[in-house]
Amino acid sequence: MELLLVLVIGLLYAAGVYLILRRSMVKLLLGIILLGNGTNILIFLLGKITKGTPPVIDEAYKVFQDIYADPIPQALILTAIVISFALTSFAIVLLKRVYALVDSDDLDDLNTPEEEDL
Amino acid sequence: MIDNHILAPIFVQLFTAVVQLMFWRKTLTQRFLSVGGSVIGLLVAIRLFNRVYQDGILTMNAANWDAPFGIVFVADLLSVTLILLTAIASISVSIFSSVGLSRQRMLYGYFPIFHFLIMGLNGAFLTGDIFNLYVYFEVIIISSFVLMTLGGRKAQLEGAVKYMALNILASMFFLTGIGILYGITGTLNMADLAQKIQTVQNTTLVGITSCFFIIGFGIKSAVFPLYYWLPSSYHTPPSAVAATFGGLLTKVGIYALMRVLSLIFIPDDFTRTLLMVIAVLTIVTGAFGALIKTNVRRLFSYLIVCHIGFMVGGIAMFSKIALMGAVFYLIHDILVKTNMFLIAGLIRQLRGTMDMEKLGGLYRDYPKISLLIAVVLFSLVGIPPLSGFWPKIFLFQAAFEQSQYFFVGALIIGSFVTLYVIANMWAQVFWKNPPQEEIIDDRFAPMQPYKKLLMVLPIAILGIATLFIGLNAEAVVKVTDKIATQLMDNTAYIEAVLGNKTNAL
Repeated sequence: MELLLVLVIGLLYAAGVYLILRRSMVKLLLGIILLGNGTNILIFLLGKITKGTPPVIDEAYKVFQDIYADPIPQALILTAIVISFALTSFAIVLLKRVYALVDSDDLDDLNTPEEEDL
Repeated sequence: MIDNHILAPIFVQLFTAVVQLMFWRKTLTQRFLSVGGSVIGLLVAIRLFNRVYQDGILTMNAANWDAPFGIVFVADLLSVTLILLTAIASISVSIFSSVGLSRQRMLYGYFPIFHFLIMGLNGAFLTGDIFNLYVYFEVIIISSFVLMTLGGRKAQLEGAVKYMALNILASMFFLTGIGILYGITGTLNMADLAQKIQTVQNTTLVGITSCFFIIGFGIKSAVFPLYYWLPSSYHTPPSAVAATFGGLLTKVGIYALMRVLSLIFIPDDFTRTLLMVIAVLTIVTGAFGALIKTNVRRLFSYLIVCHIGFMVGGIAMFSKIALMGAVFYLIHDILVKTNMFLIAGLIRQLRGTMDMEKLGGLYRDYPKISLLIAVVLFSLVGIPPLSGFWPKIFLFQAAFEQSQYFFVGALIIGSFVTLYVIANMWAQVFWKNPPQEEIIDDRFAPMQPYKKLLMVLPIAILGIATLFIGLNAEAVVKVTDKIATQLMDNTAYIEAVLGNKTNAL
């Protein structure tokens, strides 16, 4: 399981970086999404994957009796997913607007010379 | 000491923003609420500053969960100083934007978003939990995306694409670093991390993790190889927004760098050399970028980059004097850079353009305003006894002590180029006769007197604040001395956060 996740993380990061380095805006967006997912899985992996019970201590005891699964990485990933969801949706709207204005998907076309400033 | 009032700077801004959301189409009410909220924010900040200055570090455990398990908020002297400065800057920006911004932009929710941004800044300064720092960074960047794109002009959106892509990338680096850090230590509390990181055997992994943080914060604070997004996006939004960004956003990166390097990754030789190289190159490239710009606001954008290098250099040397210089420069820079962009907005209001070649004769037409601006420009350059002068003494002293002659050279280059470009700008904008063929589009003169006052007042507030810092340098040095001591020796911070636990058990 760990080895598989390591490979998946490497693949996601590599693909994400590759896509970000392209000139297309859509690929930039896809690259950001892939990097975000790679990071989330990385946190999941580094939180040590254990098959265990939920981290709740039985009333009769003071300490854990069983192997338990660490809830913190999951809480972190949940937060990170929500945040990256918000950022991605903003990015999609922004890139769509830019596409409508510039009429091009190429990041190199985003260089309007100095126009009037506000 | 446990104190729930720490959260006040965050909540004041949150409530201001939420109340403003209820007056979505009533821009006049929003303006009053914004200024009112900022004033309350300033009062709260002053109170918190006094408490921390007298009683030492305050902490607050969310829902009474003991320190390393729950979420903590920590107010040490560095945090509250920055909160105080943020409050001063935000009050000026909200006054300026209440007249300097078109009604159309306000209808799209400028003011609530602005207060959410300030909330994020206050939260980032106060949190003692590294994942919360990430969350507050996201609050900041998503608010800044909206502020940057409000208005939807072509240049704005193009600048926003670069700004967005690099900021999201910075967050990814930061989050990856947090993930690895949690994997090797099993904690997210910064004070707890400071202790546990020393027991980690695999120092190479710790070094690599620190690089993730340095890259992440480096993009945010716009240091040498990573700053290209800044000059290509900061000149596009309205001046009030650019003032917030230029004054505060890059400084959060510097704050985070100071916090993380002083607590978790105490700089070793490699980190110091790396940061020093970055600092020198940042100063030099930023200075040379500023030399060739003819647009006032683009020039200021490059000056931001140049001066960020001063602070990074101070952190790189990591001695008490160097940190005093860096912190003092941070204090000075927040006030002055916010003011510079407000001045750019005022110049645009006076003349309808920000291109230095088309400007001129401002001193002839508006001598009083010009003199006010001159004071600010002098303190930016660092003419003694104004505020830019004192931190440079500390930086020079620290650089000579550690024989960092490249940094000394860069400081000299940076200071002289700043002097040159500002003098050139003064001559072009204020003294030169305006070109004959240009039609002067003066939107300032026909304004009502109270509106004129509201546009000049924020510049005066910030100008007086910089004058105060410059003339009361001794008091500021006392504060920065305390801050630098706390940064160099983090035991007080760790004890304040984790000490409560030993008492409770």
